Amino acid sequence: MSDNNKKWFSLNLNFSKKQKSESDSCGCGKTAGGCNSGENNDLNQDDFIEAAVNASIGEERRKDGFEQVFDVKMDRRSAFKKLTASLMIGAGAVSTSCSMIAGEETKEKAQIDWEEQFKGNYKLMTDEEKQGTVDRLVRSYQMRTGKNISMSSKNAEEDVLFGYAFNISKCQGYMDCVNACVEENNQDRNSEMQYIRIHEMKDGKGFNFNESDDNYYHEVPAEGHFYMGTQCFHCDNPPCVEVCPVQATWREEDGLVVVDYDWCVGCRYCMAACPYDGRRFNWSKPEVPETEVNKNQHYLGNRMRKKGVMEKCTFCVQRSRSGQNPACVEACPTGARIFGNLLDPESTIRWVLENKKVFRLKEDLGTEPKFWYFMD
Amino acid sequence: MEVIKVFGSLVKDSIDTITHGSKKYHLWMALLTFVMLVGMYCYSVQLEEGLSVTGMTDRVSWGLYISNFTFLVGVAAAAVMLVMPTYILKDIDFKQAVLIGEGLAVAALIMCLAFVVADMGGPSVLWHMLPGIGVFNFPNSMLTWDVIALNGYLLINITIPMYILFRHYQGKEAKSKVYIPGAFLSVFWAVGIHLVTAFLYQGLQAKPFWNNALLGPRFLASAFAAGPALIILVLAIIRTHTPFKIEDKTIKKIALVVTVAAQINLIMLVSELFKEFYAPTHHSESAYYLFFGLHGKNALMPWIWTAIPLNILATVLLTFHKLRNNFKVLFFACFILFVAIWIEKGFGLIVPGFIPGPYGKIAEYTPTGIEIGVTLGIWAMGAFIFTILARTAIGIEIGKLRYKKK
Repeated sequence: MSDNNKKWFSLNLNFSKKQKSESDSCGCGKTAGGCNSGENNDLNQDDFIEAAVNASIGEERRKDGFEQVFDVKMDRRSAFKKLTASLMIGAGAVSTSCSMIAGEETKEKAQIDWEEQFKGNYKLMTDEEKQGTVDRLVRSYQMRTGKNISMSSKNAEEDVLFGYAFNISKCQGYMDCVNACVEENNQDRNSEMQYIRIHEMKDGKGFNFNESDDNYYHEVPAEGHFYMGTQCFHCDNPPCVEVCPVQATWREEDGLVVVDYDWCVGCRYCMAACPYDGRRFNWSKPEVPETEVNKNQHYLGNRMRKKGVMEKCTFCVQRSRSGQNPACVEACPTGARIFGNLLDPESTIRWVLENKKVFRLKEDLGTEPKFWYFMD
Repeated sequence: MEVIKVFGSLVKDSIDTITHGSKKYHLWMALLTFVMLVGMYCYSVQLEEGLSVTGMTDRVSWGLYISNFTFLVGVAAAAVMLVMPTYILKDIDFKQAVLIGEGLAVAALIMCLAFVVADMGGPSVLWHMLPGIGVFNFPNSMLTWDVIALNGYLLINITIPMYILFRHYQGKEAKSKVYIPGAFLSVFWAVGIHLVTAFLYQGLQAKPFWNNALLGPRFLASAFAAGPALIILVLAIIRTHTPFKIEDKTIKKIALVVTVAAQINLIMLVSELFKEFYAPTHHSESAYYLFFGLHGKNALMPWIWTAIPLNILATVLLTFHKLRNNFKVLFFACFILFVAIWIEKGFGLIVPGFIPGPYGKIAEYTPTGIEIGVTLGIWAMGAFIFTILARTAIGIEIGKLRYKKK
């Protein structure tokens, strides 16, 4: 986090101290105070920190998502209690950041929350700033849940352009891809959000989406039907990106269309602009049981989302950028899904594009999807 | 320093005026306050739980809020129909109405902004949109154009009447040299706000129902019908409840504006219907759903089949001079026209854009109680703001409020 290349205003709470502790890389994941910082203090202070953290976040420790601290269901009494507690903590944060003695963790939490609230757009961040916000999110998660996650801010690699092909002949509608996607990407379980939709089509009707069913509950493959999956097509000319008023969504160098969940204002204009039903909105606070959280995360991918923001398929950026296939590709039992680098002439996806009769959906719209369909 | 002193006195006098009034007036304001409080409660529930308390879903992702927003942009734009004749064409007959029209525009714009904020998933991070500290995706996103257009128009519509009232308050004539350039600007700006708002929808290739060249012009026509219709109704109320004199002539002239706009709107409706139903394509499905329902789902049919007859009836009533010049008929026609266009711009335009979905899925939309509560609250807020503005303006115009040099 260097001060000089920030493009936006941020409050500098006890900056020099933080910088120093950051340079002590010890691998414990804390961004301030270094390893074991709390344990060296005397017991009273430890108790105070514990009490303060309990009062401010209490049962939310078990949950996830940055915003949970701020929006939890509560009655008026506990609201007042928490309000008072957080006021005291706020006052404490001010006094502790001025004094050098008081609670390290409280101070750190206040600092993280502040910096996260007023950070800039990820798209415009330098690599150090990206690392900074990732470190803060990891630390914040650790402080709230006591669990460690790993979060990457890996950028697009050079000479990589991701593409996807879907074999209509092979898909049998098992929906393993859908389940794998939900688990991999920490999608909200309450609303049963799914990025992938599998459309069950009637034989002999062609690609008639109007008569297809994308919400079936019966044994597959059903007699006289074939299946076709849709998700975000990662258009090369994405209409959703154009319309976003704050550039919270954009196309990365490797072709992935991503969302900065912390920058999104939730206007849902991108959703209206998408011709492929590729985007999902968090209508309530997304929740994933702590045991089911996928802790291998990417800032632009499957990290915890909050209420009121957009999200979508990222071709599992946390996987694809580290050389793995997206979860849906890996989970597919029929081999209907093919993923790879379009710029690599040796890749399977290139072989498919060159040797199969491929087509894309709604090509007339000029969106240039990087998602092709083909048949055996 | 003199200006500040006068302004301070104006604010004091205006607070004095708006807090005193007849029993009816107090009752009216209390009612609005109550509705606003209910709306605020509903909004607090929405903030707490998220937008899941509304009827919107991933399938129909804009609903009542954006519908009302779209409609109210039109109402705001309609002030131009009074501004142009008064300030630029120097038609004296409109003079009495123009300040009321501008007040209405201010209230409508504030309601627009409130509806947009109510629709946001993250109102606490709206600063991301502020140029300078946030990122403003201009000129790519039509939404950013709309932000500029609406706020600019709000500014114009606050400053011009403020200047004029401020001068009148001191017993001086407003200098036309000062406000005419602003009035000119506001004429173009008014057309701009509604066109830009139409382009917001028109520019989406994903939604064939919106993606047609007639959308912008039709927005304008319907706005210039619904807006002045509302102004006529408001003037009628002001005429009977305050000493502010509004001539029959003024109302009749505004009625003519409403009539022409309603006729043009109807012609465009016919053109649209012809295109959708003479040679229906895949892209006509939204229209089919709206007018006849698809696959047994027809939640919007009652709405549109209310709007169309009201629209036609109002236009017919207005077209005949004899009927239009009868104020009872005129007010009735204006009222049903207003309702018809509100339905057309909301349930008849925004919602069917999403139905059927990108892959033909038909998921219907019904607003929830919370959503309706917030909506009514915002309307009440608009009415509240307008009442305050109009009361002060009328006070100054009839000479009750005057700056006294001490």
